[in-house]
Amino acid sequence: MIGLSHYLVVAAILFAISIAGMFLNRKNMLVLLMCIELMLLAVNLNFIAFSHYMDDMAGQIFVFFILTVAAAEAAIGLAILVVLFRSRRTINVQELNGLKG
Amino acid sequence: MSFEQLLFYLFSGVLLLSGISMVTVRNPVYAALSLIVCFFTSAAIWVTLEAEFLGIVLVLVYVGAVMVLFLFVIMMLDINHNHLKEGFIKYLPVGLLVALVIAVEMILVLNGGGFDGEKYMQGQRHGADYSNTKALGEVLYKQYLYPFEIAAVILLVAIIAAITLTLRRRPNSKSQNIDQQVRVKREDRVRLVKMEAEK
Repeated sequence: MIGLSHYLVVAAILFAISIAGMFLNRKNMLVLLMCIELMLLAVNLNFIAFSHYMDDMAGQIFVFFILTVAAAEAAIGLAILVVLFRSRRTINVQELNGLKG
Repeated sequence: MSFEQLLFYLFSGVLLLSGISMVTVRNPVYAALSLIVCFFTSAAIWVTLEAEFLGIVLVLVYVGAVMVLFLFVIMMLDINHNHLKEGFIKYLPVGLLVALVIAVEMILVLNGGGFDGEKYMQGQRHGADYSNTKALGEVLYKQYLYPFEIAAVILLVAIIAAITLTLRRRPNSKSQNIDQQVRVKREDRVRLVKMEAEK
């Protein structure tokens, strides 16, 4: 029998994998954006599983809005990436220190 | 093992393996392709959880649009990907440690007894005449109409922002001015000159 906690564990492991990806690919901004997408996917899996087991449609509505916002975020992030590459000729996060942060 | 369990373990195994391959491969194109596999298998898991509409939306919107956008950007930018992977071995221990700690903590919390009830062992199965899309629409267009419109505005803002960010005007480029071309008159172009006839 597949219970709710099975799905939650899969989502937690997926979330941890994408956090590891943030550490491992900390130079390549493109892969960092992909890791964010993977994190949002893990969160969405949680919402869908809860929606199914508690028989509440609100979870799926939330996933709908998260998908919308994530699509907008990916589009703007990639646009910023393209502009950045045009002006600096690099997407290496370590070389992007213009703000001296 | 029932068919349902077999499907769950198959899909989640593929999901986790393709997630691992996404964060470890050297070439970003392969990373994007692994992410596509992730989206596809989780769409399959969502369908087994009776969220058919969102599963299809995930395939259409994410695999069809967002990941193609990622692949376009990867191929458009002329990047030397080899030196971007430097430091992979250096940060491998700390990355693995943090991920392991987070995963173990979350799994301990989840298996702590909070989700052991009868309600959380058996999902709510609906009959064959149940329409997930209809149920979603009922809630979305009645209860969540205002947030739905805000989401539409967010998408519009994202479109405009992406276009204005990447639009660039080149001062030297030559282009037609259709408006002026249409409005031009004969007097602007043709000049009649009176001169003596040649003998």
